[in-house]
Amino acid sequence: MQAKKLNVKDKYRLLTRDLDWEFSYEDRKEAFPYEEFEGIKITDWDKWEDPFRLTMDAYWKYQAEKEKKLYAIYDAFAQNNGHLNISDARYVNAIKIFLTAVSPAEYASSNGFAWAGRHYGGMGARVAAQMQSIDELRHYQTQIHAMSHYNKYFDGFEEFAHMHDRVWYISVVKSFFDDCRSAGPFEYIVAVSFAFEYVLTNLLFVPFMSGAAYNGDMATVTFGFSAQSDEARHMTLGLEIIKFLLEQHEDNVPIVQQWLDKWLWRGYRILSVVAMMMDYMLPQKFMSWKEAWELYFEEAGGALFKDLERYGIKMPGCAELIRKEKDHLSHQAWWTFYSWGQAAAFHTWTPNAEEMDWLSEKYPDTFDKYYRGRLEKAAELEEQGERFYNSGLPQLCQTCQIPMLFTECGHDEPEEISYRESVYNDERFHFCSDMCKTIFDNEPEKYVHSWLPVHQIFQGNCGGEGLDKVMEYYNMGVGEMNLDYKGSPDEQRWKKWKGVA
Amino acid sequence: MAVKAIRPGYHGEHKDSRDKFHGNILVYIDWDLHRWFPSPKAFPLPPDMPFGALIEAVLPEGFGQHPQFKEIDWDTVEWSLNQQPFTPDLTKGLEEQGLDHKCVVRFKTPELVESYD
Repeated sequence: MQAKKLNVKDKYRLLTRDLDWEFSYEDRKEAFPYEEFEGIKITDWDKWEDPFRLTMDAYWKYQAEKEKKLYAIYDAFAQNNGHLNISDARYVNAIKIFLTAVSPAEYASSNGFAWAGRHYGGMGARVAAQMQSIDELRHYQTQIHAMSHYNKYFDGFEEFAHMHDRVWYISVVKSFFDDCRSAGPFEYIVAVSFAFEYVLTNLLFVPFMSGAAYNGDMATVTFGFSAQSDEARHMTLGLEIIKFLLEQHEDNVPIVQQWLDKWLWRGYRILSVVAMMMDYMLPQKFMSWKEAWELYFEEAGGALFKDLERYGIKMPGCAELIRKEKDHLSHQAWWTFYSWGQAAAFHTWTPNAEEMDWLSEKYPDTFDKYYRGRLEKAAELEEQGERFYNSGLPQLCQTCQIPMLFTECGHDEPEEISYRESVYNDERFHFCSDMCKTIFDNEPEKYVHSWLPVHQIFQGNCGGEGLDKVMEYYNMGVGEMNLDYKGSPDEQRWKKWKGVA
Repeated sequence: MAVKAIRPGYHGEHKDSRDKFHGNILVYIDWDLHRWFPSPKAFPLPPDMPFGALIEAVLPEGFGQHPQFKEIDWDTVEWSLNQQPFTPDLTKGLEEQGLDHKCVVRFKTPELVESYD
């Protein structure tokens, strides 16, 4: 008599690998048309080790359990006015960045995994990509729900979806996912699963979640815990994909190396905003950007790339420049947002005396020498009622789309802007760095049609001429979402709730 | 290969070609070593604008917020155009003296080291 209940091993086989079938009357190549154009050679999909060891029914069960706990805490947080327990209302600006910049990236990632998963010829990779696609969608939703409570009390959250395709700094993250989603399925998964989820994820999630924990933000911390087991799976997939590709064929090695060089750099450039969040936006700080980079990349990443040496993979060359930029990155990024604070959907401010001293202590070689004087001058102008808002619009890098704010740290000239350029089809293109130039030079046809927000404004595609029109196009509530924290409606409400003058 | 694409001959439209800026050219300008302004700025300018007008009208708008701006002695400023030394002719138009679409103009004021006092 047949057993009513399948054992785990059989169930696993039936619900993953066994879902595949032989193509008897269709050409398999036509069914998976994206599998070869990137130059990746797969000789045997059966060598794929399923990193998740999870069947779909078990997946639903685990996720549902987590969801139940998560939403119970969200409810409690809302009912107990959890927003009143945060360290300071300035903190909320860190999670405004999270919702406007990171959460839409989760959605893009969900979309990317659904697409890439469809195009792998191997069933194991298809199932893994499908699960990650659903995870990413779940993260997008749970993040929105975690922050919806803050949306009732603070400005800057409500238009995140509208802003995604429009706002100058959000285009940086958008362009990252547009770039990898318009590549092939293998570049996509190396970019997101390995370069981002495996190598860099600790520099995104740990800063935000520890920042939340240090600053009394229970909703975001709880989301972080709930996402943690998903993230662990994503990291495992990242490592599996890289080993699988490298073991399949030696011709894959240089292709994968080029992708690693590219995506480590593109991921790092996005982390500029995390760097400034850690060093400038958290009222209760837990670690400097520099310390985080040293711990999570230089130590952990160094060991990882040492492991990959046996496949012929080298540490991306840009790691050396990143090491030199770590003393400058957060200061340059924050100053850029502070100075253009009239066009950001979060508040900016100058650090107070105690915070300045923390920065001096964490950045003994650079903060006092290059950055303190500027911030003190800015604070002085604030006192005089002449808060500095930078006029005009910045020049942007064609590849990462960040303003050309980075300096020649690699050549030990930290006050000289780093300019690189290429001429393609008689047009000049500008870059912030060697890597952004290299990425363009490898595939110029891809980046000549980048949607650069500043140029789009000048072309008249963003509501019209003048900042007022552009802000309207962004749905960025003037005098509410933007400008300095001091004097903002956020600050006024916070003081009222806390009973301080 | 100019792009890795599934179909050969993929061509991306140049999103920022000169014809899209309503008769203007884009000029990127930076005041070297004055990082009060975190990055160079972009300006759409008429190609026949005299260089003198750029100094008189465009630069004050872009860089006049710096306390040292009014101390600049324009006769001693060192210019570069697309990273090459450049001597502007104040009466000639921008394009006439080589400022092309998406060019980089930098000005250096060696005797005016950035300070905020």
